[in-house]
Amino acid sequence: MSGITFENVTVAYGRTVVLDALDLTVRPGEVMALLGPSGSGKTTALRAVAGFVQPASGRVLIGDRDVTALPPHRRGVGMVVQQYALFPHMRVDANVAFGLKARKAPRAGIAARVAEALEMTGMTAYARRYPRELSGGQQQRVAIARALAVRPDVLLLDEPLSALDARLRSGMLAELARLHRELPDVSMLYVTHDQVEALTLADRVAVMDSARLQDCGTPHDLYRRPRSEFTASFVGDANLLPVTVTEGGADFAGTRLDVPPAGDVAPGASATLCVRPHLLALGAGPNTLRGTLTELQWRGATHRLCVDVAGHRVKADVRELREAPPLGAEVALHFAGEDAVLLPTGVARG
Amino acid sequence: MAERGGSEPRTRPFPFPGGQAPRTPRGPRARGAVPAWALALPPLAVLGLVFLYPLALVLRQSVSPDGGGFSLSAYGDVLAQAAFRDALVNTVLIAVGATLGAVVLGFALALVIAFVPFPGGKALSRFVDVFLSFPSFLITLALLFVYGTAGMANGLWTGATGAAHGPFDFLHTPWGVLLAEVTYFTPFVMRPLLAAFSQVETAQLEAAASLGATAPRIVRRVILPEALPSLAAGGSLVLVMCLNEFGIVLFTGAKGVTTLPTLVYGKAILDGDYTGACVVAVVNIALSVALYGLYRSITSLNGVRRARA
Ligand SMILES: Nc1ncnc2c1ncn2[C@@H]1O[C@H](COP(=O)(O)OP(=O)(O)OP(=O)(O)O)[C@@H](O)[C@H]1O
Ligand SMILES: [Mg+2]
Repeated sequence: MSGITFENVTVAYGRTVVLDALDLTVRPGEVMALLGPSGSGKTTALRAVAGFVQPASGRVLIGDRDVTALPPHRRGVGMVVQQYALFPHMRVDANVAFGLKARKAPRAGIAARVAEALEMTGMTAYARRYPRELSGGQQQRVAIARALAVRPDVLLLDEPLSALDARLRSGMLAELARLHRELPDVSMLYVTHDQVEALTLADRVAVMDSARLQDCGTPHDLYRRPRSEFTASFVGDANLLPVTVTEGGADFAGTRLDVPPAGDVAPGASATLCVRPHLLALGAGPNTLRGTLTELQWRGATHRLCVDVAGHRVKADVRELREAPPLGAEVALHFAGEDAVLLPTGVARG
Repeated sequence: MAERGGSEPRTRPFPFPGGQAPRTPRGPRARGAVPAWALALPPLAVLGLVFLYPLALVLRQSVSPDGGGFSLSAYGDVLAQAAFRDALVNTVLIAVGATLGAVVLGFALALVIAFVPFPGGKALSRFVDVFLSFPSFLITLALLFVYGTAGMANGLWTGATGAAHGPFDFLHTPWGVLLAEVTYFTPFVMRPLLAAFSQVETAQLEAAASLGATAPRIVRRVILPEALPSLAAGGSLVLVMCLNEFGIVLFTGAKGVTTLPTLVYGKAILDGDYTGACVVAVVNIALSVALYGLYRSITSLNGVRRARA
């Protein structure tokens, strides 16, 4: 049982730094999702663990073994990638047995281990097929079985579900969650740019942007208590409002709001207030924002209101309205103080 | 990293007869349309005229020496000659040896060019294409400059030691022919291999490595099986070309080494023995076809076994 540790890992292609001094620990048996927009360095981080990119500086540890200088075949990690990468000339069972043979597992045990891995991924019936005779979802199951057959301590998954359609994806997500329960000792690093995958599957989520680790925490923490504007807007939807911090609250366009103070922003400083759209309610209440309704979208179970409050666009998701106010109407929105988070002001991002 | 669709079944075109060409079922022909066999007639006629007819003439000359009747006496005569048997053995040994050499060397070089990143790799790969257009005797000429009695290698040796002769004196032996043919034909093996290697997904190689496979194992278990059809194609092409190679043998081995093509040349042009030349030519053709057939049946058997395994 062993985790993964990045110690100050920097990766550069020529002059371009694509991973900037990453410090991150995946605890033994934990699922860590690496979440971030395209090009943020997620794959690079994963490949540094697998041994396919060499850090310019820093160390990568698996358990307490420093693997920074080890070639990929001696690292003992399982890897699953978006495009499956099955061996096309081998049947499913031979694909799954590949790692066992490569690691010189005792011959007698191979068949049993292959059967076990296929069983775990529900692919037993397809053992004698060629990869080209399988659907995308089935191929990805085989790829997972192949990685698990060698019983790695560490499983690296790089957007394993991106090539599948939405329905299959949610089914496979549940499967992966089940696999994680069945294999509590395997640490997983799961790269994705899909926040649903990250929030559903991961014990903790590391948010990356522009080669840097922005935030790391449990999905619940990141969602409820994001620490940066980037995390707030990338994980879930968010209203980010410019405020001035006051004693025991904040001031937004002349309106005093009663919100919990943030540790690192002193009164008088400007900050950003993050409120999730679904935590805003119509009508006056403790923290009330008044403005003009500019957009109204019916989304089935909810209505999305966009309200212009002192020149700022505030989004609110409310339970479907019987009688929606007309566009241009004056509306009031309110939220509970503990549902809002004060963030240090950063560069706003769309 | 380039992503190639890994999910589609990959079919490889096989440039040789005997490969699986998909057959389209023939539906009922629309009335008034030209029948398919009629369309095939003109090319067949041209083929017959320029290719089969001269071939038939050669065959007839070999079995009716005096322009009339049928006699295998010429075959008896030729087959009894020691020179012919030597040429036959030389031809087969050199062709098989050169093919083996070109296949092994070509595979190794193509591996390096395709999978080991080094500056100039792309240029080298393009040079292989250019090399294919060179005439074969050019290689021999180049080898003469390097290893010939007055060549660079011997020059260095005599310069350094003061000896009268250099140690390199193999160009006019079968080894010289072998060296020249391996040099010349290796790119013919590399061309289809490089195409096949470019189809192997990097992701597969990485998956294999992270599963614990060392580089040699990846070559044997992942790259080789996927490139085998191309290797077979290149190998059989080279085998047939070696059996019929004339320029290289004439340039290097003319003094000591005779093969069937040079024997044909000798009999027809130098001795004026047309019948004998035709007999040797027929044997040469039969040999090419037989060896090629053998090679194909072995490789296709392999293919069947792999498909079943
Ligand atoms: N071999 C390479 N040579 C040069 N630059 C590279 C190379 N591989 C990746 N990069 C760059 O490194 C940066 C990070 O790439 P990476 O693949 O880690 O992103 P990612 O977060 O996985 O993105 P995605 O979600 O699109 O997969 C990108 O800007 C990319 O252009
Ligand atoms: Mg990526």
